[in-house]
This record gives sequence, C-alpha cells and structure tokens, in this order.
Amino acid sequence: MSIQTTDVEHVARLARLKLSDEEREMFTGQLNAILQYAEKLNELDTENVEPTTHVLPLSNVMREDQVHESLTQEQVFRNAPDEEDGQFKVPAILE
Amino acid sequence: MTLFDLRLQELHNQLNKKELSVTDLVGEAFAKIKEHDERVGAYLTLNEEGARAEAARLDNKLGSDEAKGLLFGLPVGIKDNMVTEGLRTTCASQFLSNYNPIYDATVVTKLKQAEAVTIGKLNMDEFAMGGSNENSSFHPVRNPWDLSRVPGGSSGGSAAAVAAGEAYFTLGSDTGGSIRQPASYCGVVGLKPTYGLVSRYGLVAFASSLDQIGPITKNVEDAAYVLQAIAGHDAKDSTSTNVDIPDYVSALSGDISGLKIAVPKEYLDGVDPQVKASILEALRVLEGLGAEWEEVSLPHTEYAVAAYYLLASSEASSNLSRFDGVRYGVRAEQGGNLLDLYLDSRSQGFGPEVKRRIMLGTYALSSGYYDAYYLKAQKVRTLIKQDFDQTFEKYDVIIGPTAPTTAFQLGSQVDDPLTMYLNDILTIPVSLAGVPALSVPCGFAEGMPVGLQIIGKAFDESTILRVAHAYEAHTDHHKQRPSL
Repeated sequence: MSIQTTDVEHVARLARLKLSDEEREMFTGQLNAILQYAEKLNELDTENVEPTTHVLPLSNVMREDQVHESLTQEQVFRNAPDEEDGQFKVPAILE
Repeated sequence: MTLFDLRLQELHNQLNKKELSVTDLVGEAFAKIKEHDERVGAYLTLNEEGARAEAARLDNKLGSDEAKGLLFGLPVGIKDNMVTEGLRTTCASQFLSNYNPIYDATVVTKLKQAEAVTIGKLNMDEFAMGGSNENSSFHPVRNPWDLSRVPGGSSGGSAAAVAAGEAYFTLGSDTGGSIRQPASYCGVVGLKPTYGLVSRYGLVAFASSLDQIGPITKNVEDAAYVLQAIAGHDAKDSTSTNVDIPDYVSALSGDISGLKIAVPKEYLDGVDPQVKASILEALRVLEGLGAEWEEVSLPHTEYAVAAYYLLASSEASSNLSRFDGVRYGVRAEQGGNLLDLYLDSRSQGFGPEVKRRIMLGTYALSSGYYDAYYLKAQKVRTLIKQDFDQTFEKYDVIIGPTAPTTAFQLGSQVDDPLTMYLNDILTIPVSLAGVPALSVPCGFAEGMPVGLQIIGKAFDESTILRVAHAYEAHTDHHKQRPSL
C-alpha cells in the first residue's frame, strides 16, 4: 500500500502537526520509502507468535498508598508559558 | 598526556595524596572546552559556576577522614535529555530551549551522591532521534578525530566530549544504539545496560520500552565504576528491576579462559572490509587469552531495523504528545484557538526528523494500520529476542562490530533517512532484545576508530565488562587520542 498526500495530511492532523506544502511532499515520499522497507516484515510468518510489548515480565507494579511531599505551586508553574490564579492559561475553547 | 588520561583509581590516589585537587580536574575540563568546543560542539549548556563551587566544596574534604563518593571529584557531562534541577535541559530541541527543570533525574541524583561534578549538558540529536547528531536544533557535533565527520548519535556530544577530553566521563542514552554507535565512531567505551537496570526517571522519554541510560568513558574499568554508581532499582521508575547489583569492578579479573563467544555471520556480512578485519583481529586476541569463538546465525537480524522504526516511532508519537505548549516549553505566538496553539507550538518547536518519526508512529498506530504495522513489528520483536535467547543457551557472549562502517562525512546522509537508519543495523537487534552491550575501541580504519560490540545475557553486565577489560589490557587502541 502506498500513501498519498491526503493520508499525510490526515496523519498530521491526528499528530497535531501543521505541515507546509514542502513538508507534505517530502514526508509523503519519505514515509512511502520507509513503509515500503517495512513491508519486509511480511516475509515472516508470525501467525502463532506472541507480540513483545516489553522485554521484562512485569505487570501492574504497585506501591503503598502513602502520602508524600509533592511539588509546590511555584515549582509547577515555573516553566508555564502563561498562568493565572494557579491555573495554566490557554486560549478560550468555547466562543 | 592530560589528567583525563589517568584512570579513576589513579586520579583518586593523587587526590588522596593531595597531589591534585578537584579544582584542578574541573579546571582542566573547562580549559579543554574553551580550547576545543567551538569546533567540536559537544556542549549545549555549561555549569561553570556551579561546578567550580562544587569543586571547592569537595576540595575541603580532601585530607579528611570523611567518606568520599565512588566518583569523587570527577567532571561529568550529561546528555541533555536527562533533567537537571535548575540547569537548562533542552533535548537539543527548540521546543525546550527555555526549559528549566524542577527536579533531578534519578541518575543525576546518584551522580551527586557519588560526588561527581556536573560540567554541563551535552548536545544530541533532537529528542535522541538520529544517528549523526546532525538533528540537533542548535548546532551539529563534529568528530574529534576528523572534524569533517559526524560523531555518531544520538549521544554524539557525550562521545565527542570524552574523546576530546572535555569531560572525564559522560552519560548517554541508548534506544537503538545511541550510546554504542557514537562511542564506536569516537574511539571511546560506551555501555548500554540491560533494559531495567538503570532508572529512566527524569530521562525525557523517546521509546519507553527501549530507552536505557549508560556511561561513556575512556576505558572499561571506569565504565564499571560509573555503572556501579547509577545501577539499581528506583521506585520512581516502575520498569526498573529489583535485582542484586554485583560488584562490577571486582568482576574485572582479566581471566576469560574457556569463554564461549558467538559471532553472528549476519554481523560480518556486508560490513566495511576494514571494520571486519579489525573485528577478526580482536577475535584472535580473545582466542589468545583462552576464549573460543564460533560462527552462529541470528536469522532475524535483517528484520530488526524495520521492526525498530515502527515500534520506536509509535512509542515516540505517543510520548511526544505531551509537548503541547501548555505547561512548559516554547508556546508559539499566535492569536487562534487552543487547537491552533497546539498545532503552531508543535510545528514550530520540532525539527524535521522528530516530525518524521511522529508521523510514522501516528500512521502505524492509526485505525486500520495497527495490526499491519505495530502488532506485526511487536511479533517480529519476539522472534529477534528468541534469536538471542537461543544463542545464549550455548554461548557466554555475542561479539561483532558496533557499526558497519566508521564515522561518515557530515551532510552525506541527511537527505536519505532510510540509509541513515541502516547505520544502526548491528545495535538495534540488541535493543529490541533488551540485553546489555558495550562498544570498546578495537582499531582504526583510515584514521577513524572502529568499535567492537560485546553483547551479554540480561543483567550479566559483569561478563561483558570482564571480556572488554581483558581485551583492552592486551591492546592499546583505547589509549590513542585525537589531535585537535
């Protein structure tokens, strides 16, 4: 399967990226080349193979439910681009 | 000869006898940075005032009976994807060019406990995505052996700084080869520990099922000391493993008689003839020390790069969704709504390689393609891991080159991402299997360093360190220094 510029535009929207015309063209070509290379994986029969999500046999690592010191509000907002009254400030979502 | 050509133990002896001070060591690091770094480009942020103050504090302990840390007084550079409280951490991205962390990564806390002195933050490919350091959004790093060549990546600054004497040792991170490949290109020792041995808390995530932090040093023994200082379980990283940490330094016995080495034919086919010759010569040295080697096959090697780029990019597309311009990082100037804020901040903040991987990963995870790409790659990962499991039933270590070639020219591969990705063909399978590996200098091809990759069983860092140390003791490749 090969991908078109319209697919690239769709994926960019999902990824919250705005692409220039030039980038859209470039990524269409490059993603096609990479995905074509990835087709190689279809040479392998993986019908009865379990997927590996993680190399360690871990699941649901739990800790004691204890109260610890947490960050101060000053620390939390130290890198905030915009804040007001102890909240991160963003443009209005609803008109 | 510089102070940094001495081994850790030699430096500590001189410090204890007061023949040397921590101030001298830190002074040497900054002198080398001033002399070379305009050309090498290894550092993004320096901590000169903080480092000199810390050196003065540590010097007060000299001559006292106070306990000293394992890495006492040693100038360390830290890859700029590990957060350092109050010291700018950028991941070499414009998005984080103003980011001032509010906490230390666990490895940074451990380095402080061991009393190493942080010199500065090291250049890298943006968000650790790349194999040449040309993807830094600030400036590229150049290889100290030949300034027209790349240092490798993504920990290019970490490897170049050690090679150029701009730090005593450094930390790098390795997702698909990002410690080992630059160590190979720059003629230094680089160790990627077993997945789960070193805490990832405070390492800005690229591909969480693969990322590991490890040391880059001038010799194997120092790598053992640094690993000793940073390994161990951390409650703040649920994937860090609760295993007993052995004494890595005492494992360096020099004895490798009877060691069984597997050499995968897939790791020698198609590599540069001079690289291959260096590896075969290294195997002769190991044979001379009583080890035995046999050629084996890791039949799924050729599928590793394809599986890796799908898996790592998928994880990255998810991990990097946190960079939205709301809580930290550079928010784009704009007058639109919240969606425009996300779109503009991300599109202006990320460079082309980061966008390319986010796009690839988003596509591989998107509706209708998940089974064909992401799930398929996870299944192939199982087959690759089985190659290693089966080989380690019969052999102690697997040995081959770290990279198929030596360092290439800056600019020679930037327009062809796929070719660039194939430079990692010998390091990626190891990352997918989660096992430890190190690169140790094993010769030169036309003046550029070649790295020998020694791969071990999960959590058996002791053996690969022992083998590398025995090899190093009978060769002098690691003692060569670039003339800058």
